[in-house]
Amino acid sequence: MAGIYIHIPFCKKKCTYCDFHFSTTYHVYRTKMIAAICSEIILRKPYLNVDSSNPTIETIYFGGGTPSLLNKKEILTILNLIKENFEIIPNPEITLEANPDDLSIEKLKDFKAVGINRLSIGLQSFREEDLKWMNRAHTAEESFNCIQLAQQIGYDNISIDLIYGLPNLSLAEWEQTVQTAIDLNVQHISAYCLTVEGKTALKKWVDQSKISVANEEQQSEQFELLIEKLEKAQIFQYEISNFSKINLESKHNSSYWKGTYYLGVGPSAHSYNGNTRSWNIANNINYIKAIQNQSVWFETETLSAKDKFNEYLLTGLRMKIGVDLSKLFKIIQAPKSFSEKLNEFINTAWIVQKKEQITLTKEGKLRADYIASELFL
Amino acid sequence: MKNIRNFCIIAHIDHGKSTLADRLLQTTGTISDREMQNQALDDMDLERERGITIKSHAIQMNYKHEGQDYILNLIDTPGHVDFSYEVSRSIAACEGALLIVDASQGIEAQTISNLYLAIEHDLEIIPILNKMDLPGAMPEEVSDQIIDLIGCKMEDIIPASGKTGLGVDKILEAVINRIPAPKGDENAPLQAMIFDSVFNPFRGIIAYFRVRNGVLRKGDRVKFFNTGRDYNADEIGILKINPSLHPRNEIKAGDVGYIISGIKQANEVKVGDTITLLENPCLESIKGFEDVKPMVFAGIYPVDTEDYEELRYSMEKLQLNDSSLVFEPESSAALGFGFRCGFLGMLHMEIIQERLEREFNMTVITTVPNVSYYAYMKKNVNDRLIVNNPSELPDPSGMDRIEEPYIKAQVITKSEYVGAIMTLCIEKRGELRNQVYLTQDRVELTFEMPLAEIVFDFYDRLKSVSRGYASFDYHPVGYKESDLVKMDLLLNAEQVDALSALVHRSNAFNLGKKLCLKLKELIPRQQFEIPVQAAIGAKIIARETIKALRKDVTAKCYGGDISRKRKLLEKQKEGKKRMRQVGRVEIPQDAFMAILKLND
Repeated sequence: MAGIYIHIPFCKKKCTYCDFHFSTTYHVYRTKMIAAICSEIILRKPYLNVDSSNPTIETIYFGGGTPSLLNKKEILTILNLIKENFEIIPNPEITLEANPDDLSIEKLKDFKAVGINRLSIGLQSFREEDLKWMNRAHTAEESFNCIQLAQQIGYDNISIDLIYGLPNLSLAEWEQTVQTAIDLNVQHISAYCLTVEGKTALKKWVDQSKISVANEEQQSEQFELLIEKLEKAQIFQYEISNFSKINLESKHNSSYWKGTYYLGVGPSAHSYNGNTRSWNIANNINYIKAIQNQSVWFETETLSAKDKFNEYLLTGLRMKIGVDLSKLFKIIQAPKSFSEKLNEFINTAWIVQKKEQITLTKEGKLRADYIASELFL
Repeated sequence: MKNIRNFCIIAHIDHGKSTLADRLLQTTGTISDREMQNQALDDMDLERERGITIKSHAIQMNYKHEGQDYILNLIDTPGHVDFSYEVSRSIAACEGALLIVDASQGIEAQTISNLYLAIEHDLEIIPILNKMDLPGAMPEEVSDQIIDLIGCKMEDIIPASGKTGLGVDKILEAVINRIPAPKGDENAPLQAMIFDSVFNPFRGIIAYFRVRNGVLRKGDRVKFFNTGRDYNADEIGILKINPSLHPRNEIKAGDVGYIISGIKQANEVKVGDTITLLENPCLESIKGFEDVKPMVFAGIYPVDTEDYEELRYSMEKLQLNDSSLVFEPESSAALGFGFRCGFLGMLHMEIIQERLEREFNMTVITTVPNVSYYAYMKKNVNDRLIVNNPSELPDPSGMDRIEEPYIKAQVITKSEYVGAIMTLCIEKRGELRNQVYLTQDRVELTFEMPLAEIVFDFYDRLKSVSRGYASFDYHPVGYKESDLVKMDLLLNAEQVDALSALVHRSNAFNLGKKLCLKLKELIPRQQFEIPVQAAIGAKIIARETIKALRKDVTAKCYGGDISRKRKLLEKQKEGKKRMRQVGRVEIPQDAFMAILKLND
């Protein structure tokens, strides 16, 4: 099994906290970009074919940027090309990331018609003031409307993005936000703590003390409340930032954490085939040129056993299913210091071990990075 | 002998000594234009980077003047207060000195103290106004300063520029005409003074000397007066550039040369020692010899405890060409096994640390430097205990008194900074002894203060309160009784011996508070809360708390994030390896030097 990720590097506006790769001048070279992405799908076909096994594609994911800017024809072109070039299981999960302001009745119908069966909607917040400083293109009202609309049209696998740790977001307000999300009756929620990334407007404002984001204590409180409240509503945390109703986890995103192969096409997209990771040029014009000339448009690194060991820990610990030690030790037999550290974390009740499986506790999840790095080889 | 001229250069850092020296080498054809690597004299990377000379050097130049061939021996001097004894020996090997003053900056403290040394040794001073090409040059004003200082005439001062080559011929002419030829008796028993030595990995120690009387011949059996050891003069010669060693069969009175005699240990060759012949020795040694004593002490520990033996090996290698470095093994509860090292001063300490890293690839933890204290016990008040490490201070109840070394400090600055500098020096327990206006705008301040105060962040603060317009020099003036207490630091209720310091009682509270705050800043948050406390004896005088790590998790970790995130966490883990564990607390290296950075 494998997945395909298509990065659509365009947005209407630049959100103040975002450091993802995209451009707001897409109309200029939109056609060329779609053509380049299509070329890449064909050129990179051999990448997933590692041991002549040609894995079947089970998930397709349009991410961005803002893939909901695409029209029906563009999506169809890409999907058809994938079908022509790869073996695909019946009923693959096909996700499209969408912004509420793009989701008109027509668009929702179009997307459904071309085969999109899962929507990941970037709501971020229900507070108007947040959407304003974030420079989002939608209003809180549009958020509610688009979800109801999508559900009416027949989407039965909808994910929404939420952000906590926002400036001036009280715990009560956050609880209200989570409740609203539950009431929307969506299948999946991704909730991220606001991260101040370098080279963003937010970073500048924080540095200039124009905006202050939540402190660690508040972040932790909001995170814990989120987990508890969603769990009561039968929406379970299956990864640090991802929650879903039973059996409605994001299959595509899970492949990143489970070590399933994936091919990423489009500027800045990453790929993985068990032995290597590669990443595309993160510049739209250079990407198009490189594809046109068939020169180099991606870098590759080969993973050592140590890299694989560390990556499995890093991603595995983020998941509810955790890390299977027998599988981990098949990569490398870990030294004694590993089990000593592990025992330390079991003693502090940050990790629990059941047979060969280790998972993070609630307290552990708050410190997933620290724990992973401590256990690294 | 009448055609030999021996001279040195006295200059402040950045006043263009090396550039001007390079010009002299070029003009005399000692170094070709092609070979001219900027600042040929400073051959250690470190020296070139810092723009200062750490070791002395000697170079012989040949110059034809009015039909006569002359031998000019340029003896370069170290340019820092830490090495003032070496400077005095270099000066003692010369008959003249070029006093180089930056025409845009004027005289600095370092220049003055070295100049006095030269005058004391009856050297002929040739004043030079350098950097005349700079738009900011103030020749009249600086000339007045020079005239004030050495009582020369206006026309004696040579305007020059190392950059454009202005004045270089005039300088050479003055060296020949004004500096007296050396005096000495070729027929007397050999009497030569060592003014420097270097370590060569293939040849062993190479000692540089100046012959006062007699002749040294290749193959002679020589004796070093002060160490009493004797050697074979396997190779002798003169010093030039590329190659630096030019073997000769004899070096006569008045001349400068080198000797290689199979010596492996730098400490056998002491700067200032007298070389004579074993068979026909001179009656007395050349005056001024001193055994250099370290002024500043600090612990040096390997970052990885397993590297202890390698550190010892590296230090021994370093000692081969730096005999002023002394060390002995010590152990610390916090840091394990390491060495207590003695340095000539703070710069010397930094140099050793940097050389360990560069030349031996050894990353080390250096503890807070301290001076050498005297402790007198009640039992026998005349019994003096030397304390080179604060953690070795005896229990206060048994002690009669503690003495600490004092220095006479000289600061030269612009008049507008006098107030700020006085405040700083008084804060550092200094007492103003003298204040002299060198010119309307330049003031020389003389303080007496504890050496220990110089060790703590003095230079940086002097620089900042004077915006860089202050130069500083000092000399030890003996020991004085002081009300000192040992301040301990506790992390998570455990005392960290490597962070203990002896401080003046009046300063302890303030310092303890600052130190706790600094440590709070430098020690990363850990899985548990860490109290940081300063204590005198059992009494806690300051406390801060490093809060427990509450949250450390990335929000997003998708396909494109994994590789980057893994590398980031691997780097974090790598960084932690360089930390030291004391009890349950992990301490980064720079925390051990926290006390030096209290005002950052």
